[in-house]
Amino acid sequence: MVKVTEAPEMYTGEGYGLTRLEKIVGLARANSIWPLPFATSCCGIEFMATMGATYDLGRFGAERLSFSPRQADLLMVMGTISKKMGPVLKQVYIQMAEPKWVIAVGACASSGGIFDTYSVLQGIDKVIPVDVYVPGCPPPPEAILDGIIKIQELIKTESFRRRESDEYQKLLTSYGIE
Amino acid sequence: MSNQIENSLVESLLKEQFGEAIRSVNESYGMLDIVVKRENIIEIMQWLRDSSLLSFNFLTSLCGVHFPNNKGEELSVVYHMHSFANNKRIRVHIFFSQNDAVVPTVTNLYRAANWMERETFDFYGIKFTGHPDLRRILNMEDMQYHPLLKQYPLEDGTRTDKDDKYFGR
Repeated sequence: MVKVTEAPEMYTGEGYGLTRLEKIVGLARANSIWPLPFATSCCGIEFMATMGATYDLGRFGAERLSFSPRQADLLMVMGTISKKMGPVLKQVYIQMAEPKWVIAVGACASSGGIFDTYSVLQGIDKVIPVDVYVPGCPPPPEAILDGIIKIQELIKTESFRRRESDEYQKLLTSYGIE
Repeated sequence: MSNQIENSLVESLLKEQFGEAIRSVNESYGMLDIVVKRENIIEIMQWLRDSSLLSFNFLTSLCGVHFPNNKGEELSVVYHMHSFANNKRIRVHIFFSQNDAVVPTVTNLYRAANWMERETFDFYGIKFTGHPDLRRILNMEDMQYHPLLKQYPLEDGTRTDKDDKYFGR
């Protein structure tokens, strides 16, 4: 039998295992991410390599890219986001259903990168909350995979109540969402 | 090409037609470059376009330039015109003060000028009188300044991860 992933910590007996539902759901979510690639420049090219046969993001359960925000769990922002693109990016984020995660790939998405200029958004965290930042200009596919693994860790350990918490609502409100 | 129109011919025709309105004539890399008075720009461009001999029927480019040290004439608008029939190009400049950044529109001569004048307004704040829809085209609508004017910094003020002392500023 193919072993897809490690089972979470369990109390096991003959023919059964006991664990928290949260952990099972987290495990399922973490290994079936549907990413939405929001690729605007060279980081997007690195992402193409990441999806290709050599690096193969499909090994991590993220085989199926979603080009509709309605059916995506993970927004992958790869490349320079101009200020004029900011509201578009925010709209895409708002259209995604909870639970959702965001990964900022590369220097431009994380901080504006070399484009410290009037027309470029100085990091996507100026308009939407970000879970994981991947450094590099552009980051190699290995770094993007590392970011995805970090996202998987976040998903696995996230509590059911997080998205209902005041803290999370406050975070969204600070970005003017909802 | 045997029927090539010489720069000197264009120059003499322009001077004959407009005299004082032509402030100076230069040539760089074989391309004629004329500086004209702002108030005459429309009639000169119309004449260049409608002249059956010259027929500069195409407006290749229109843009602004800011020369902050050129006191009294800090701003410039540059028109690149192209004659398909003669395979010839010409550059027309106007200069004017930053305090009086108003230029008549050439959208009535060339429809292509519409977006180029909007871009020039967006980046230099030059107002084109008579333009049908003069608003920003490339930058955010809520931008408060015209970013290619040199009194404004190139950098974005919202940058948080950059300490100027590490960059010698």
